[in-house]
Amino acid sequence: MAPVATTEATVLDLATSSTRAVNERLTSPEAPKTVTVTGPQGAHALACGLDSDIDVTIEGHVGYYCAGMNQHATVTVTGNAGVGVAENMMSGTVRIKGDASQSAGATAHGGLLVIDGNAAARCGISMKGVDIVVGGNIGHMSAFMGQAGRLVVLGDAGEALGDSLYEARIYVRGTVASLGADCIKKEMREEHLTELRELLDAAGFDADPSEFTRYGSARQLYNFHVDNASAY
Amino acid sequence: MCGIVGLHLREPSLYPQLGALLTDMLGQMCDRGPDSAGMAIYGDRTWSPEGESTVSLLDCPIPAGELAATLSASLDTTVTGIDLTPTTILHGVVGAEDLAAAVRSVVPSARIIGFGDDLTVLKGVGNPIDLAHRFGLPSASGWQGVAHTRMATESAVTAEGSHPFSVGPDECLVHNGSFSNHMSIKHQLERDGVVFDSANDTEVGARFVAKQLAEGVDLEKALLMLNETFDGFYTLLVSTADSFAVVRDAISCKPAVIAETDQWVAMASEYRALANLPGVDNARIFEPEPEEVYVWHR
Repeated sequence: MAPVATTEATVLDLATSSTRAVNERLTSPEAPKTVTVTGPQGAHALACGLDSDIDVTIEGHVGYYCAGMNQHATVTVTGNAGVGVAENMMSGTVRIKGDASQSAGATAHGGLLVIDGNAAARCGISMKGVDIVVGGNIGHMSAFMGQAGRLVVLGDAGEALGDSLYEARIYVRGTVASLGADCIKKEMREEHLTELRELLDAAGFDADPSEFTRYGSARQLYNFHVDNASAY
Repeated sequence: MCGIVGLHLREPSLYPQLGALLTDMLGQMCDRGPDSAGMAIYGDRTWSPEGESTVSLLDCPIPAGELAATLSASLDTTVTGIDLTPTTILHGVVGAEDLAAAVRSVVPSARIIGFGDDLTVLKGVGNPIDLAHRFGLPSASGWQGVAHTRMATESAVTAEGSHPFSVGPDECLVHNGSFSNHMSIKHQLERDGVVFDSANDTEVGARFVAKQLAEGVDLEKALLMLNETFDGFYTLLVSTADSFAVVRDAISCKPAVIAETDQWVAMASEYRALANLPGVDNARIFEPEPEEVYVWHR
C-alpha cells in the first residue's frame, strides 16, 4: 500500500488497504511518527502489537482487540471500541473518545488507558499494573481479580466491583451497584488524593479527587501459607 | 460464536432497501458462524403478499408447485409455492394457522419454520452470504428483518438448527449463546402441551416466549419472564408483527451493540455489521445493559 503523506500526518485508509497491511506499516521500523488511520468500520485487531513511540489516531469506530499488547505507542480512537481494547498493554497510552465494550484493558501490565465515555462489563479484568481512567460508567465485574494498577471511574460502577481483588486500587466518584467478594471501601488518605489527582491530570479530566471513594482488597482471600506447600 | 443482525426500519422510503442492507449486515458476521444461516423478512410483498398469509417450510418432499396445487384444491383458494431450496414458501388468502395446518396434513414430514401474515423465514446450510444471494435476499423489501450466522454448539449443523426460531405467528427469536437449564424448562412446557420440533436449546426459548405471547403477555413482560426462568449465556433478538426487542443475560458475555436513528433501529453482535447503514455516523450507539429489556414498536 502507498501511504498518503501530508504535511501533518501519514494517512492510512482502511477503505483501500487491509488491516494487516495497516498494522504492518504501523509496526515497521520505518513507520512514520504520526499516523492517522481512516475508515476502520469496526475492524478487529487494529494497531495491535505496536512497540515504538508512534502516535496513531484512528478516526471512527474500531472492533475487537484494538491496541492490544501496546508498548510505548499513543493510540487515540475517535469513536467507540469493541471487546478487549488495550488488552495486555505494557506501556504507552490508549485513549477512546467514545465508549468501550467489554474487557477494556484486560490483563494489562502498564501504561494508561483512558475511556472518555462508558466502559462495559469487566473493565480492567485481571489488570496487572495498568492505569485505567473512565470518564463515564463501568459495567459489572470490573477489576475482577485485579492484581495491580489503578482504576478510576468518574461515573458509576456496576455489580460486583473488584470481585476477588488482589492489590489493584479503585477510585469511583459515582455509585457502586455492589462490591464483589473481598472488595471493600477504604479510607482516602492524602497519598491517595495525590495519586488520584495525578491520574486525573494524566487522563485530562478536571475532577475533584475528594469526591471519589477508594475501594481495595480486604485481603481475606489470601489463603496460601508456605508452611502448607507440601500439601499441594 | 454466532452472529446476529437485525434491522427495524422507521422510515418507509428505506423499505425497498431492507434486503440489501440486511445482506450487507449479514456478510459482516459470516466469520462468527460459517456453518449455516437463517433470515426473516417482514413485509416483502413478493414472498408475503399483502392480505395473504405465508408459511415457510424445510424438507418439503414434493416440488413447491405440486404442493401449492394440492393445497389450492384442499383449501379452495389459490396457494402459491416458491422454491428457495432448501426452503419452500407458500402464500395464499387463508389464515396463517389454517395454511400451516393444511401443510402439516399434506406433507407431515416437512418442518414449518415460520408462519404469519407478514413474515418470510429462509434457512439453509452453508456460507451465510452465499445463502442470502441464493435466496434473493438483496432484492427483498420490507420494514423489518433479522438474520443469524450459526456456529453450532448445542445441536447438529442442519437447516432446522439455524435461527431464527419462529414458532408463533409473525414471531422470531434469534440467539447467540447457550441456555443451560433448557431441558427442565422444555419438560415443563411439554407437560403444558407445547410440542417441540428439535433438540435445540434456542427452540425452548422461542416456545417459552411464544407461549407467553399467546397467553396475552406483552413482549417486554415475556422477556422479563425469560430472564427469570432461563440460565445460561444469551443475547436475544426477538421480533413480532409490530415489535423489535433485545435482551441479554445477567453476565452478558455475549456481545451486542445497538444503533438507533430517527430512520431505523439496528442491532448486531458487532459494530462492523452496522458500519454501512445509512446515517450511522449520527446514530446513538450503545451496548444493551444486562437483563434489561429493550423494545421498539412499529
